[in-house]
Amino acid sequence: MTQFLQQIINGLSLGSIYALIALGYTMVYGILKLINFAHGEVFMVGAYTGFYAASALGVAGFEAKNQNFPLYLAVLVLVIAMAAAALLGMAIEFLAYRPVRSAPRLTPLITAIGVSLFLQNAGMLLFSPNPQRYPAILSEVRFEMFGVIVTNIKLTIFAVALCLMLGLHLFVKKTWTGRAMRALSFNIDAAKLMGIDTNRVIRSTFAIGSGLAAAGGILFGLDQITINPLMGVLTGLKAFVAAVLGGIGSIPGAVVGGLLIGLAEQLTAGYLSPEYRDAITFLILILILLLKPEGLLGVVRVEKV
Amino acid sequence: MRAIIRSVVVAAALLSIYALQMGVELAFTEYVQRIILLAGINVILAVGLNLINGTTGQFSIGHAGFMAVGAYGAAFVGVKLAGPVHGALGTGGLADAVIFNLALLAGALFAGISGLIVGMPSLRLRGDYLAVVTLGFGEIIRILFNNASFLGSATGYFGDDPSGLPAYTNFFWVFAWVSAIVVLIHNLTFSQTGRSLAAIREDEVAAEAMATPTTRLKVTAFAISAATAGIAGGLFAHMQAGVRPEDFRFEKSIDMIVMIIVGGLGSISGAILGGIFVAVSLELMRDLQQYRLVLYALLLIVIMIVRPQGLLGTRELHHLLRRKKPARPSAPTESV
Repeated sequence: MTQFLQQIINGLSLGSIYALIALGYTMVYGILKLINFAHGEVFMVGAYTGFYAASALGVAGFEAKNQNFPLYLAVLVLVIAMAAAALLGMAIEFLAYRPVRSAPRLTPLITAIGVSLFLQNAGMLLFSPNPQRYPAILSEVRFEMFGVIVTNIKLTIFAVALCLMLGLHLFVKKTWTGRAMRALSFNIDAAKLMGIDTNRVIRSTFAIGSGLAAAGGILFGLDQITINPLMGVLTGLKAFVAAVLGGIGSIPGAVVGGLLIGLAEQLTAGYLSPEYRDAITFLILILILLLKPEGLLGVVRVEKV
Repeated sequence: MRAIIRSVVVAAALLSIYALQMGVELAFTEYVQRIILLAGINVILAVGLNLINGTTGQFSIGHAGFMAVGAYGAAFVGVKLAGPVHGALGTGGLADAVIFNLALLAGALFAGISGLIVGMPSLRLRGDYLAVVTLGFGEIIRILFNNASFLGSATGYFGDDPSGLPAYTNFFWVFAWVSAIVVLIHNLTFSQTGRSLAAIREDEVAAEAMATPTTRLKVTAFAISAATAGIAGGLFAHMQAGVRPEDFRFEKSIDMIVMIIVGGLGSISGAILGGIFVAVSLELMRDLQQYRLVLYALLLIVIMIVRPQGLLGTRELHHLLRRKKPARPSAPTESV
């Protein structure tokens, strides 16, 4: 029972990271019908920006003196990384996706694969291919509840992810831009006719999705201790599966899907074998595509000519 | 009469390939021979992938996985067949040829079956799901081979013999298989089925409205494409004495995509050119290893923005060359 609870705790914290990344996939897919393959790499760049920002703010000095990194600086690291990733997301959209937006579906897809590949390999050249230890912008405190080991890091991950997701929910429901995003995902041409500046809304969609992915990147670094330039490939894929599981295009679906994928992965690692933790995600993907391709919370849309 | 002419032509072709084989071995160093073999294997990969990515308009980005299945399958079956076939046919060249080709076919069968397993769930839906599923498949298959102890785990499979797998792959067999697969895919592409595949690419909903069995055709094309990747994998395995999981990383799938995009999505002659281009450029860029993928990625993005249909588009080289100049329009008669 304790082991089960332990896996649930770990699964929820991992799952909330997947959920943060899945939001970016689902928002972009909802509007452009494009699988933004580069999203996993934006997540990686976010993690690295956090890494360098923390170094620049002197995290090593605090560690050497055995002091905690001040909380306001940790928040600053998060904000810097999110801003940098948002810029990167907008740049990708402007330079690579906008020129091919009206082309047949395959063209943007290949472009996205190209951007993803470019960022991975540019990352290997810039950041070195070796894994880096993530700076302790939050020092770990362990405590026990009902025999289950909980760390403040797992709780923070869960809390930060929850706050960001709530913020996104309010943004999408209450602001003008949020309403425009929903309009675009409903019918982009009609939205254009209603006088919505679609370019601006798409740009902000990329900015928000990328910022959330960067937050996911920092939380991932805290959780998994090391980061490397290829970390975005598998994590990005899993987050995409989470988006499909929840129903691609649906924001609550991405959150539910992310948490479920995190739980499934931890339970597989705990009860079956750690080797199959990556395989279970794809098994879920194949099952969902066979049984309920619109996802748990998605709506069936009839394809029209 | 036609049949006789045809078989004479085939026999002459085989003989001349055999003569070419001798010539290649005499004329080129082993290094150059290796590049030629690799180019041939690339051509098989590119022509096969082009059937699904170019002609049918679906998108697989994990074809290295099918190549891996074919490579391991062919290597394993080849090793297991060696005993009985040598027992029945002696140890001459005939026995080797029988073992090699049976092994390649077995590899193609395994790859084709895994293509069916991957394709059936994902091809019922729109093409971009296939991209994700194949990407996942490519990763998982590598993890599986990494952990399969009877296939040598991470060190790779080198057969029971300490010198590794027999080096069956030579110019003759590569050229023969390239020709067979190019002819097969060409005939398929320009058949009625091929037209239906192109219809799926152009407009799936319209194709379905015309009573085209879209899902069945997509899955069939995908399985054929996977099987050809399996053949290429088998040739590759018997070229370098063994197979390692590391040979089939994601980069391999990207190489294949570059091949067909450079040549032109949907063009068989374009795929052939692309396959040769990648084999040669890999050698030329050997010193720039770490920049290679950055350059490939930029190449993909730039081609997509500037010329998304690739060098040839869906046209074929021989059609371009054969095409007659349009009849000169008659001089306009001046009205008085």
